[in-house]
Amino acid sequence: MEIIYEVSDDILIAGLFGELDHHGAAKIRRDIDDMLELYGSRHLIFDFSRVTFMDSAGIGVILGRYRKLQSAGGKVAIASCSPKIRNILNMAGIFSIMEYADTKIHALKILKGKEVS
Amino acid sequence: MDRKMKVQLDGNLESQGLARAVAAAYLAEMDPTMDELTEVKTAVSEAVSNVAIHAYPGTACGDMILEFARLAQDTIMIKVTDKGVGIENIARAMEPLFTTDEGEMCSGMGFTVMESFMDKIRVDSSPGSGTTVTMIKKLDTYYGI
Repeated sequence: MEIIYEVSDDILIAGLFGELDHHGAAKIRRDIDDMLELYGSRHLIFDFSRVTFMDSAGIGVILGRYRKLQSAGGKVAIASCSPKIRNILNMAGIFSIMEYADTKIHALKILKGKEVS
Repeated sequence: MDRKMKVQLDGNLESQGLARAVAAAYLAEMDPTMDELTEVKTAVSEAVSNVAIHAYPGTACGDMILEFARLAQDTIMIKVTDKGVGIENIARAMEPLFTTDEGEMCSGMGFTVMESFMDKIRVDSSPGSGTTVTMIKKLDTYYGI
């Protein structure tokens, strides 16, 4: 799995590409944590629009980043999941603690407080 | 049981992608919908993760056997077997969000995902004698093409 990053103010957008399973999860966790530190980002958006497969490994990746950022007052948002991936995240109650948006642009607006979902 | 297939893989995380591809290849003949294909691949991925993460602790990596069969023209059965440490309390292991992992590798949602994406799931295990996860799914429509 590859990740392409974008930065907007204090928000890091992690655009995930390919398959997200336990095999790739450890590298992704490290990678995103490194980028959060490098850019000093406070908030994080996971862009799932190019994720072709995800199992429960994704839950751990998202929750781990959420815990880290939340303790410093940061927020995490999820964007553009396929229905199946959304289904898996829903099972773990992810959307009761973080925002979901149809696009990363919409997620940016939510995190910047310009729009209420 | 019809059209049986048995595949042996290393019980580690490197096998995950291959296990999914094998499951997808087996299922392809049954003319699944994209949703069904994703559901079966996800369930297999979860079962394989469980073996890779929990069955063989330490550095030793044992084998994992994937068995596929058709119970009927539109019904698939998949068994994932390991010879690892086994599960002490199966009911507890299957509870949503329960995990023995103290880091952030596991979410404790593996069995929950398997249960919701497949029709039936059965876990046979005892400490020291390995684990077999059996999953059954009936495909929605068989077009008979």
